[in-house]
Amino acid sequence: MIKQSQTLSNPTQRAQTLRALLPGDAGVDVGNRAALSEIDASCRVPVLFFFLSGLAWLLAGTVLALVASIKLHTPGFLAGWEWLTFANVRTAHLNTVIYGFASQISVGVTIWLMCRLCRIPLVAPGLVTVANLFYNIGVTVGVGGILIGDSTAIEWLEMPRYATPILFISYALIAVWTIVTFRLRAERHLYVSQWYLLAAVLWFPWLYGTAQVMLLIEPVRGVVQAAVNWWFAHNVLGLWFTPIGLASIYYFIPKVIGRPIHSYYLSVLGFWSLALFYNWNGMHHLVGGPLPSWMITVSIVASVMMLIPVITVAINHHFTMLGHFGKLKHSPTLRFMVFGAVSYTLASLQGVASALRSVSEVTHFTHHTIAHAHLGMYAFFSMVMFGAMYYILPRITQREWPSNSLISLHFWGVALGIVLYVVPMSIMGFIQGTMLNDAAVRFLDVVQFTLPWLKLRTLAGLLLAAGHVAFVINVGWLLVRMFEPYRKPVVRILTGEAETVAAAKQP
Amino acid sequence: MSYGPLLFLGILFTLATSWVGLILLPHRQMGALGQHTDTNTAAIYPAVRAGEAQQGAEHYRSLGCVYCHTQQVRPEGYGSDIERGWGRRRTVSRDYIQDKTVMLGTMRTGPDLTNIGERQADAAWHYRHLYNPQITSPGSIMPPHGFLFDVRVIGQAGRSTNALVLEGTFAPPAGHEVIPSRRAEQLVAYLRSLKSSGDLPEAPVKKEEVK
Repeated sequence: MIKQSQTLSNPTQRAQTLRALLPGDAGVDVGNRAALSEIDASCRVPVLFFFLSGLAWLLAGTVLALVASIKLHTPGFLAGWEWLTFANVRTAHLNTVIYGFASQISVGVTIWLMCRLCRIPLVAPGLVTVANLFYNIGVTVGVGGILIGDSTAIEWLEMPRYATPILFISYALIAVWTIVTFRLRAERHLYVSQWYLLAAVLWFPWLYGTAQVMLLIEPVRGVVQAAVNWWFAHNVLGLWFTPIGLASIYYFIPKVIGRPIHSYYLSVLGFWSLALFYNWNGMHHLVGGPLPSWMITVSIVASVMMLIPVITVAINHHFTMLGHFGKLKHSPTLRFMVFGAVSYTLASLQGVASALRSVSEVTHFTHHTIAHAHLGMYAFFSMVMFGAMYYILPRITQREWPSNSLISLHFWGVALGIVLYVVPMSIMGFIQGTMLNDAAVRFLDVVQFTLPWLKLRTLAGLLLAAGHVAFVINVGWLLVRMFEPYRKPVVRILTGEAETVAAAKQP
Repeated sequence: MSYGPLLFLGILFTLATSWVGLILLPHRQMGALGQHTDTNTAAIYPAVRAGEAQQGAEHYRSLGCVYCHTQQVRPEGYGSDIERGWGRRRTVSRDYIQDKTVMLGTMRTGPDLTNIGERQADAAWHYRHLYNPQITSPGSIMPPHGFLFDVRVIGQAGRSTNALVLEGTFAPPAGHEVIPSRRAEQLVAYLRSLKSSGDLPEAPVKKEEVK
């Protein structure tokens, strides 16, 4: 196993070994810094577009989430408006945060990382901007369609048929852009993050295209629909969000602490085992359902095999961080990243457990699954994306974060909020499932049991909302600063060791 | 080190495996599944839904009922679906071949509806339940669907025959009546058509034991 500590006699060999473990833009010489600044500047407009529209959807999604949460324990709340039924609001929430927020931030992060790691300034900015425009039109039409009752009622694919082709064009453009950037790369050496990013942008249009054709354009017959549905829905998490999240963790942790990743071989094993096993997982959403047993069994086996990439990645990240946990205090990027990395491990272990027949029997149709989804999508993925934005935004705007307190408010609001969401809801779902499986318990008694826990969830949602508002204010403030003349900051944010903005290029 | 093409092929190959395994093969296996004709009674199962019920299925989809109600009965001994009386047998692939959108559902905030047409055949119950679930199921957290009904002034001819029988706090203002809209009628027709208990070779219905 190659490690940083290992001494190699040949200096060239040693340099090559180290390069495999460091992000492609490593190095601190002056020429390097200037090149990075140029790359960052080229990314400014397109990446800002993706980030800002993503954050606007985050706010919309947060409001929808709160309304849905209140409606579930107080069904009379806003009951008179048909477009605001629980089902509509809940579905609009899912689609705004998945397609509006998370995917757009993902694309922004992907663009920036790809440019940095390929060491070339952004190519074809027009293409990226068009992709963003199409994307936002697609999400607006799609969510609007859901609210007026045109939802397809196919989970994760609720956007009506007239909205989805617009989104598909956008995904295809992003994939084309990524391949072009990859082909033109100046840095021939590939870093682990690039494998994940390239995989994600190639996998997603395939998944989305298949699901569109087989479910909306030419619907297949019977329960094959359910198979396509869950093959797609699970892979959105596994093959789109997870690779982008892991690519970010692999990039930012070494970058911020200034140390190479622990092991190259573990990262290879982690990537290829994820690629092999994750895409077979989907049918575990149908345990006990009316599908052939072989399909469900194959997915349960693949879900258990996920232990390999998950544990591999956890070990690799943990040993990279080892001895540097003190830096969590000062770097917001690191704090969000490590929170996300730990949640990834927890979410995956919970997912493996819930895929087992005996556990699924209890948890399948309960709030346990909802808690699991938020552990994965929020505690892991969204936290990693926040961390990435804390690093990227100051670099592309060449301004420091304006407020330290808002950063703290953001972190503690969302960290406490998501813990208060996931832990009680996981426990509640388990009890709910046990009650449901006991035919002696009246159904309405199960409903009544969930009420106090659902109210607690609304409280957790308010904490999350407070965190989001704090972050959006900070970003807005940063943008205002962008239009002010540049001043060299007197006080660096937090202690600023690793979070400083390259001041090489002063306008 | 540059291994771009290898990476590219690996990425495509890995997803292709499950695309073939979980999508194409099942489609080949089940995509052409047809109705079953009972050799003794010549009964055909599952039957085609009547037009009104088919339109109701579209409302079921549009209103998002699937987010709180499943349409699948798990096998005996796995969960309490059979014991709760949600079905006489588990559901199997063939039960769903007539559905335009298969809405198995993943959440049981409300009870399973696979056989609701058998369990609750009374249309008047469904109308009152949809109008305000508290009337029939006090303590339910299902939202009231008042927008599926019209509140009208009672005409010269007196109360309409299809007006809802509502009492106490749920009653409309004096001189008014609550009438199901066309959508409510279609939705209830669909709910009453939900029966997945045909006897199939792959899922036989247990015959009542004669004592």
